[in-house]
Amino acid sequence: MSRPKLAVHKFSSCDGCQLALLNLGETLLQLPGLVDIVHFAEAGPMDEDEPVAVALVEGSINTEHDLERIQRIRRNSDYLVSLGACATSGGLQALRNMADANAWEAAIYARPEVLDSLPTATAVSDHVKVDLALWGCPVNSRQLLGALRDLLFGVAPREERRPLCMECKRSGAVCTLVTGEATCMGPVTLAGCGAICPRKGRACYACYGPAEQVNAESLGRRFEGFGLLPEDVARRFHFIHSGAPAFQAAGKHFRGGK
Amino acid sequence: MSDQRDIRIEVPVLARVEGEGALELAIEQGRISELRLRIFEPPRFFEKFVEGHRCDDVIDMVARICGICPVAYQMSAAQAFESLFDIDPGSWVLDMRRAMYCGEWIQSHALHIHLLAAPDFLGFNSALEMAADYPDEVRRGLTLQTLGNDLIALFGGRSVHPVGLRVGGFYHAPSVQEVDAMRTRIDAAIPLAAALVGWCASLSLPDDRQSFTNVGLRHETEYGIYSGRLVSDRGLDIDISEWDAHIREIHQPHSTALHAELHGEPYLVGPLARLNLNLDRLPPETAQLARASGVSFPSDNMFHSMLARALELHMVLIEAQRLLEDYKVPQRAWVDWKPRAGVGFGASEAPRGTLWHRYEVDEQGRVTDARIVPPTSQNQGRIEQDIAQSLQQFGLDQDEEALRLRAETVIRNYDPCISCATHFLKLKVRRA
Repeated sequence: MSRPKLAVHKFSSCDGCQLALLNLGETLLQLPGLVDIVHFAEAGPMDEDEPVAVALVEGSINTEHDLERIQRIRRNSDYLVSLGACATSGGLQALRNMADANAWEAAIYARPEVLDSLPTATAVSDHVKVDLALWGCPVNSRQLLGALRDLLFGVAPREERRPLCMECKRSGAVCTLVTGEATCMGPVTLAGCGAICPRKGRACYACYGPAEQVNAESLGRRFEGFGLLPEDVARRFHFIHSGAPAFQAAGKHFRGGK
Repeated sequence: MSDQRDIRIEVPVLARVEGEGALELAIEQGRISELRLRIFEPPRFFEKFVEGHRCDDVIDMVARICGICPVAYQMSAAQAFESLFDIDPGSWVLDMRRAMYCGEWIQSHALHIHLLAAPDFLGFNSALEMAADYPDEVRRGLTLQTLGNDLIALFGGRSVHPVGLRVGGFYHAPSVQEVDAMRTRIDAAIPLAAALVGWCASLSLPDDRQSFTNVGLRHETEYGIYSGRLVSDRGLDIDISEWDAHIREIHQPHSTALHAELHGEPYLVGPLARLNLNLDRLPPETAQLARASGVSFPSDNMFHSMLARALELHMVLIEAQRLLEDYKVPQRAWVDWKPRAGVGFGASEAPRGTLWHRYEVDEQGRVTDARIVPPTSQNQGRIEQDIAQSLQQFGLDQDEEALRLRAETVIRNYDPCISCATHFLKLKVRRA
């Protein structure tokens, strides 16, 4: 049986989600037995325009060139996975969407006119159809291998929808919000990380993005009850996933609708 | 030779580097007329994102600049805030931060040697291809890489964007049992790292001696990792707060990475520079391996960077072993602190070189201005200088494929981190 072709594409990002593959240890050596990796610049293979069964896309869309490239990748891919926060919601980089990016370029670069840069950092799904979104900053190997295994078996991978609280409770961690009045984002954040922050006694900061049907405003009011200023409540939502609609709206609410 | 070809080599996307960069090289009448390392990863504006955020948030934000060296970003930032607020986190915190930092050097150096650089010297396109002929070497590399990642996760919960660090210390101290299990694995890995040093020393590397300034951190007693004074082998010896009086960042139109210059000249940061500056800080076991390697350090051959990386990997394993000896869980893993307005500086050695941060903070502890100078911006001028000298020595009459491969090998030698620097490569060689 021929192995399905896989491509890993990078847009603007920290490269941390590709590490879900490169950090696999010895398991990495089994990967070529399962899939034919045709494009993965950081690992070596370079054939960006080869048609593939599965494309993993890391990073957010930031330039005119990106706009053209993501369309080409979509045309060449049967199944497209957005990998991690930047690809899925714009990531931390989407904070620029709320600011004057031109002023920022002028503040950092002496000759901003030579930069190919759009005023926004946006999610892949804003531009093309995404078949599966893997949330997380970064995604972990368990999520990615789970999805790849499902695809190799010919079944549709299931998207995570539960809030972190479910995963946290099952791990036996002590609730930081109830017992420590910590500004934990667990009730509104997607599960999948393994509840690593609460298990270390710290508040979740929502690097896995919004869960389904969250009551973000209610949680924010609770944080105000702990003594947080509205500005600081807003920053809890406008952090890693300010581009996700539920967090975008909640942050704006606490900033006074601005 | 009458064939004075005009060649243009373009490498549109550099493979096996972190982030996106390209190289454009034009050779006219047997001379290099144009050489540009283009970094086109779009601008990422992290220095502006952190404005208005509180210091503990900044530690989690700056990690996102780089997935391969997030610990370095967190450490330089924590240090900047702690020095500004006069926080003494105590010896337990400082020792454990250094141990966690050792984890990042282990994973990043193992990743770079095996997955990114070694295929160049052995004639493969990737480590996955190399694994068919060198299975034991590739497995050894992956074992070391995994160990480094797990050492980071011991303190940070995960190796990419770890969540353990806070201003004043850590959120949580690992248990004695977890640390004991890690120490057993480190003990087993030290002979693997010693074998890796021997293997790197046995590779046939080009003899390409060049003149450059080595820059890095130097500490009173330890190998420069977590902190120290910024020194060079040409007389620089400054406190990190004096950075701006000596180092200037300039914006080249062909790159979204700012170039840094020391007194108007390119300079080298990273493993080779660090080793050249810290030879007397090596533990005896690593110093012995360096002497037995057959290379005489300090070295001015950039191709010795890979050997320097292997020696550093061995050194940090010994260092982590020492730091985790007699481990005890502290009463609390952090100290309390209060913010004050002012300017704080932090500098530490990321696996690929010195990483400098400067923050202005208001009385509430919110950042009002930030500047970050990553290693790749500092090395960018040196890389361009190195490619030009290296290709001249290699011979500009070589065929295009050979020129392209040599140029790419030179670049990968620096382990450039392009995502970091944009705040990097395609080769274009044009012969006219």
